[in-house]
Amino acid sequence: MTGKRRSEKFAFWLMRSITYVVVIFIAYIIFKILINGLPVISWNFLFSEPEKSGAEGGILPAILGTLYLVIGTILVALPLGMFSAIYLTEYAKQSKFTQTIRMAIVTLAGVPSIVFGLFGLGLFVITLDFGASIIAGSLTLACMILPTIIVASEESLKAVPKYMREGSLALGATKWETIYKNVLPYALPGMMTGSILGIGRAAGETAPILLTAAAFFLPELPSSVFDQVMALPYHLYILATQHPEAQKILPMQYGTALVLLLLVVGLNLFAVIIRIRVRRKYKW
Amino acid sequence: MAENQEIRSKIHVENMNFFYGSVQALFDINIELPEKKVTAFIGPSGCGKSTFLRTLNRMNDIIDGTRLEGKVLIDGGDIYGPITDVVELRRKVGMIFQKSNPFPKSIFDNIAYGPRLHGVKDKGKLMEIVESCLVKSALWDEVKDRLDKSAMSLSGGQQQRLCIARALAINPDIVLMDEPASALDPKSTLKIEDLIGELRKDYTIIIVTHNMQQAGRVSDNTAFFYEGRLIEYGATEQIFTKPNEKQTEDYITGRFG
Ligand SMILES: Nc1ncnc2c1ncn2[C@@H]1O[C@H](COP(=O)(O)OP(=O)(O)OP(=O)(O)O)[C@@H](O)[C@H]1O
Ligand SMILES: [Mg+2]
Repeated sequence: MTGKRRSEKFAFWLMRSITYVVVIFIAYIIFKILINGLPVISWNFLFSEPEKSGAEGGILPAILGTLYLVIGTILVALPLGMFSAIYLTEYAKQSKFTQTIRMAIVTLAGVPSIVFGLFGLGLFVITLDFGASIIAGSLTLACMILPTIIVASEESLKAVPKYMREGSLALGATKWETIYKNVLPYALPGMMTGSILGIGRAAGETAPILLTAAAFFLPELPSSVFDQVMALPYHLYILATQHPEAQKILPMQYGTALVLLLLVVGLNLFAVIIRIRVRRKYKW
Repeated sequence: MAENQEIRSKIHVENMNFFYGSVQALFDINIELPEKKVTAFIGPSGCGKSTFLRTLNRMNDIIDGTRLEGKVLIDGGDIYGPITDVVELRRKVGMIFQKSNPFPKSIFDNIAYGPRLHGVKDKGKLMEIVESCLVKSALWDEVKDRLDKSAMSLSGGQQQRLCIARALAINPDIVLMDEPASALDPKSTLKIEDLIGELRKDYTIIIVTHNMQQAGRVSDNTAFFYEGRLIEYGATEQIFTKPNEKQTEDYITGRFG
């Protein structure tokens, strides 16, 4: 008995320590970026164009570029992912075919992002002749986060109890009416939060846009979806590794990193807020 | 006898077999269920009562791989026929589930769910329906001041009566009840039973129950099922006092099941 107690205590202690280690690491990274990045952030930094290959000036085109890419990704991936999930959980019969699809989705989630980049280059940039552009980048990012959205959406659809469907069908609702009125309203918040987390990831990715959308240095703002754009993660990558004076422009790097971090954290926070608000509204 | 002749048959089941995939759950069921009467289905757990009940509004259709052979007629129409509209059928045949299943919406919206589906939009008309159904299900006095509150805030017994009100709101002819009181305390159970006594005037009611006293109290006729077969069917009084079959007698006297 006491032996068991002791080992249980030890297990708890171990888990707690591991948690602390993880938290300390994250806190350190955030702290470092904040300390070094905050002084750089200014009106000028956020709202003006870069000069001297990014060594001076601001990062407006990169911020806007990332925003455009994110919006494009949402527009493509969200409806596609949600409807796929609805089809898979509500309509598709359990069969070898749907099992294969599920397998494919899970596998897709594990594919390295550079592979998506190459895929996007081959399909959207070259074959469909979009060129390196917002649309090619968004479509590539959408492909990358589609599995995340589908899995998150499926989970939240499955979390709606079966009796909600049966109860509605028994009242003479059609299948779609049941899904639309009695399942989706309860699944939507979960679908949204899962999707936003996925989109947050897309916002920070470099590899998929490297070959499909991102420009090395492009101070002008895009005028159509077929234009190339700068993007925060790629800009950061360039400043940190490709720039001739990488060491001298550390502050610019930190500033860019901080903006990117804030964007992603902001997206995640948004997801959390949705979740909390809706939890309060629907309880079962 | 004279009275019996006036009784119309509402549901007619002929040589019905039912399968879950390759497993047969119901065997050659033949039964005639009268209109505006209460019929109780009794039998040991797993004998197919719920399965049979769910064939009557085709709720089994939503389970993958189920199959039905034979005929099920309601008002003379084959509900498994090619022209049957399942949605129409389920409007006519309401269902109360064993576990009360109010939706996490307001009391009002729960009851208005069905009518809204079927095109009632006018707020006044909806209110009328909600009130009359809550009155019928003997819940009105308890909830009339909080129709906009969540249905989840009701007690178990109230929730089950809400589900009955919700089923009545689509104006069915037949009400199927699958152990509607099994999760309730004696007082709430009694309320549900009283309610069934009221509803029998207007609806054809079929109730599955494990409670022999309950079957005796609420039903006109009783059907006893055993291992997927209909063993005996007749007036409740006869089934409970002088059953023809040995198995029926064993079951109602508590010798098995
Ligand atoms: N969804 C299903 N898939 C496969 N078999 C099922 C399914 N539902 C029920 N069965 C089987 O069909 C048989 C009849 O089940 P049913 O639920 O109709 O019994 P019941 O008489 O309602 O029992 P209880 O009194 O416990 O509710 C059982 O053997 C059960 O295992
Ligand atoms: Mg049952």
